[in-house]
Amino acid sequence: MSDIPKIRIRDLHRAFGPKVVLDGINLDVMPGESVVIIGGSGTGKSVMLKCALGLLSPDKGTIEVDGENVVNMNARERERINHKFSMLFQSAALFDSLPVWENVAFGPIADKSVTRHNAKDLAIEKLAQVGMPADVADLFPAELSGGMQKRVGLARAIAGDPDIIFFDEPTTGLDPIMADVINDLIVKVTKEVGATALSITHDMASARKIADRIAMLYQGKIIWQGPAATIDDCDNPYVQQFINGRADGPIEMAVRK
Amino acid sequence: MNILQPIGHYVLKFFKTVGALVLFTFTALSHCVRPPFYPRAILRQMVEIGYFSLPVVGLTTLFAGMVLALQSYTGFSRFSAEGAIANVVVLSITRELGPVLAGLMVAGRIGASMAAEIGTMRVTEQVDALTTLSTNPYKYLIAPRLIAGTAMLPILVFIGDIIGVLGGYIVAVYKLGFNASNYLQSTWEFMSTADVVSGLVKAGVFGFTITLMGCYHGYNSKGGAQGVGQATTNAVVSASILILCFDYILTEMFFAK
Repeated sequence: MSDIPKIRIRDLHRAFGPKVVLDGINLDVMPGESVVIIGGSGTGKSVMLKCALGLLSPDKGTIEVDGENVVNMNARERERINHKFSMLFQSAALFDSLPVWENVAFGPIADKSVTRHNAKDLAIEKLAQVGMPADVADLFPAELSGGMQKRVGLARAIAGDPDIIFFDEPTTGLDPIMADVINDLIVKVTKEVGATALSITHDMASARKIADRIAMLYQGKIIWQGPAATIDDCDNPYVQQFINGRADGPIEMAVRK
Repeated sequence: MNILQPIGHYVLKFFKTVGALVLFTFTALSHCVRPPFYPRAILRQMVEIGYFSLPVVGLTTLFAGMVLALQSYTGFSRFSAEGAIANVVVLSITRELGPVLAGLMVAGRIGASMAAEIGTMRVTEQVDALTTLSTNPYKYLIAPRLIAGTAMLPILVFIGDIIGVLGGYIVAVYKLGFNASNYLQSTWEFMSTADVVSGLVKAGVFGFTITLMGCYHGYNSKGGAQGVGQATTNAVVSASILILCFDYILTEMFFAK
């Protein structure tokens, strides 16, 4: 394994007006590793992910991908870096106007790594990797259930054989069985593709299943990180309150103030 | 002081919006002329704007031409100037009513649907998904619509002009008892290339304006269903006002002596 982190975040700050969301994040994700960021709603998990993807610009700090700082890159450079990424969105974010196969093969068609003629075969192959039959390829996203949309989103995320896959709350809104199916698929396909994974979630079952390492975000800072297997033994009271889902503890919800 | 504060707030907000719109326009225009191009997306938008708007524009200009002939007859018959009806119909339709009515109808149909579609894509993260798939949303979503709108409106208006003149002919010949060949001869004699061309140039400007407003408001919509609804309203209202505003400016440019 290379010594250079696949993703290296240093002193990342981002505020929206007076509200400070990210307050000096430091995080390394090594090649092939699966890191899960946990934290309550509104703690800045999605903002951090959007900064890494270039959808938001941080106020301060650096984000390095394979040793190259990607903050404030011009559009052309950003497009080059984005070829290394893919993402499974919380809502799957499938394109309503396109059939499933065009959704799955959208990236490879766009970067011309596959011809339109062969794109459907590629899509069917990727759909098979996430356990979906070929006849789904011609359906439209509106005809699929939430779990199926997530699986199509996952097929789209792996279609371009990315180096890094981001997962934004991959199990939100799914029943426990489908959530477990998605977790298994995430583990399986990231290993098959050989990708590095950075996920954000507040679903602890999902975090335990897909993470090699877990980091907890609270008030814009990483307050704890360590191997997934050690999280239950950690003595950080914030982490303990979060993973056990207790209302009482040092984390105060805004509603209780 | 308290009175000046809200005034200053609205003035600043106005200039901020104008600045954002100008920036959006130039960014979108730059993507219209730089590869990659998406011919399938352009073709799809051309069909949507041109073909599917044809019934609405055709009916509008048909009845406009019919009403124009009827009203002109009512007024002109007082001065025994019925012979000028063909002149009034062809001049009004080609210079003003054709482009303006077609523009307003297309603003209602296409401007609204573009704002709603892009707005929904924005709030459901589909626009972000495009970026993560190395596809610039300006190139894929905005540029094809601007190109198609600017190209198709003149064609729609040209067809609308013919239908509008036909409407005037139907009323003049079948209701008011005009001689068919005399009416057609008068129409042909009074019609000038400059009138038709000025109407088509107006149509091109209106097509650009309608699609720009639809794309701008949709692309910048926020806050879920309510935000998309607001974007749709803003797109139609701003496009309609700008059509009437540009109509005056272009008329002044073409015909002021």
